[in-house]
Amino acid sequence: MTESVPPDLMVETTEKAPEGEPSKLVVRSLRQDAWRELRAKPLFWVSAFIIAVFVLMAVAPGLFTNTDPREAVLSEFSKAPDGENWFGRDRQGYDIYSRCIYGARASILVGLLATIGTAALGSVLGLIAGYAGGAVDGIISRVSEIFFALPLILGAIIILYTLRGDDDGYFWIIGQVVVVLVVLGWPGIFRLMRSSVLQIKPNDYVQAARALGASPTRISFKHILPNAVGPVIVVTTINLGAYISAEAALSFLGIGLRPPTVSWGVMISDATQSMRSAPWTLWFPAAFLSIAVLGFIMLGDVVRDAFDPKSRAR
Amino acid sequence: MGKYTVRRLLQMIPVILGVTFLIYAMVYALPGDPTAGKCGERPCPPTFVAEFRERYNLNDPLWMQYVKYLGNLLQGDFGTSQYGVPIREELVERFGVTLKLGIVALAFEAIIGILAGILAGLRRNGFFDNLVLVSTLFVISVPIFVTGNVLQLWIGVNLGWVPPTVSSEAPWNELLLPGFVLGSTSLAYLARLMRTNLGDNIKSDYVRTAHAKGLPERRVIGIHTLRNSMIPIVTFLGYDFGGLLGGAVITEGIFNIPGVGQYVFRAIGDRDGGVVVGTVTALVLVFLLANLLVDLVYGYLDPRISHD
Repeated sequence: MTESVPPDLMVETTEKAPEGEPSKLVVRSLRQDAWRELRAKPLFWVSAFIIAVFVLMAVAPGLFTNTDPREAVLSEFSKAPDGENWFGRDRQGYDIYSRCIYGARASILVGLLATIGTAALGSVLGLIAGYAGGAVDGIISRVSEIFFALPLILGAIIILYTLRGDDDGYFWIIGQVVVVLVVLGWPGIFRLMRSSVLQIKPNDYVQAARALGASPTRISFKHILPNAVGPVIVVTTINLGAYISAEAALSFLGIGLRPPTVSWGVMISDATQSMRSAPWTLWFPAAFLSIAVLGFIMLGDVVRDAFDPKSRAR
Repeated sequence: MGKYTVRRLLQMIPVILGVTFLIYAMVYALPGDPTAGKCGERPCPPTFVAEFRERYNLNDPLWMQYVKYLGNLLQGDFGTSQYGVPIREELVERFGVTLKLGIVALAFEAIIGILAGILAGLRRNGFFDNLVLVSTLFVISVPIFVTGNVLQLWIGVNLGWVPPTVSSEAPWNELLLPGFVLGSTSLAYLARLMRTNLGDNIKSDYVRTAHAKGLPERRVIGIHTLRNSMIPIVTFLGYDFGGLLGGAVITEGIFNIPGVGQYVFRAIGDRDGGVVVGTVTALVLVFLLANLLVDLVYGYLDPRISHD
């Protein structure tokens, strides 16, 4: 599984040099190797394309549609898909196609911010705990166990239940969901980082840096972090899709994102009221959400394979 | 083994204290008026506020409130909901339903997941292997509340094979569809785990030895390979059971199943803090105990792991 990825990124690969330069060894770092591996895989390009489209949607929804997602034509509520409204209208008279496009922003934003947040918090704490050891390690590890024991949905219910107010703005609504995912997600990254650091700390080059008088901060960030970050990259990529899915689930429960925020989870939650008479209100946002999650999960799969030299040997 | 059990139990105490404190502090101690919205559109009358603060010990300092709450918990008193119904009675009644749902989900997961994983793992890169890889990827990408709603609409409403919602007694046959939905994501992960494990074990030295001894194929696969591949599967199922019970919130909401999850789901809507704290605490305790049980059983399954 992911834990088995060796933390040492500087695995040297030797390979015959291209013709014309006889018998010269090419030495590549694992990261360059992983990139070579990735480039060769069609699945990587498929997932990259899917993600690129959704990111474009999030950044510039105007490229895809001119319809305002908040313009409700109540006289045409629950209208079936036709030439004018490609995906039909929902029970409020909103254009579903336009809302699907605008919904990408909230999902991608939550996914990216939550991923960056967990990776940063988990890595820094893991680095501190692994490097310092002793009492510091003990305290941070015990705290991480407490947060690790809270299952995601249940923990999110508790936190969002307390955080939410009645008139929160767009970014604070998104911020709440990000806070929840970071608070409940960091222990996973923390454990990974801590064990990587523990493996790297006894290495000769770390001892050498210390003997030369480098400060603990310098040793941590210049010598240990670059070599320990590999497994974290892999797991964070996989988590991205999971976070987007979790955001939608929380929105569906009515505690995640909510109007005025346009999001796929909110649309699906709303569609459950009307899906029997107007099933298209459910199909389209569900499809957008699933395809986005699929893109990130496929990317996570290929990145994991690329960073795992064991799978490459086959 | 006995020593290990005691050590694990002792290790669990700080985690349980920490988790319950976290839950308690978040719901009751954060700034904001805990009685806000309890009396409809107007502010609560002072007598109600005074009674409310008294009932939940809100006039004490936070740690005292928590100690009192914990003391009540230890005596099995989870408090009362805002309608005055004791939470414990409600929980006991509803827990049976959630447990049934979890068992159905686990059964689907184990049977289909393991079979699909074995068939895929035996012939790597064959047709069935690719079919399992693609279909599990699909199941993992579609969020559970989408699966739930779509299947409810399609099988429950349009085809009418099963009732779309579950009645209050929650008989087994009505739990089949919700159980399948609840277990679907884990089913996909389990199938992939089984496939990887089996594929790795088939290439191992002891399987080659078994072949070299001239053992029949059935014995090599059935005894030597499968048994060794089952260890991580059993632990996955064990850990997952606790997760399924906690994750049942969404499924129970969709199918209107009168379980613990639906209780939380409704309490969020009613803004009933006592019920939210009590139920989540109970579910987290079950989750932790299930994990502990798996850790203990692990030693029996895999003799290579010594607990002493």
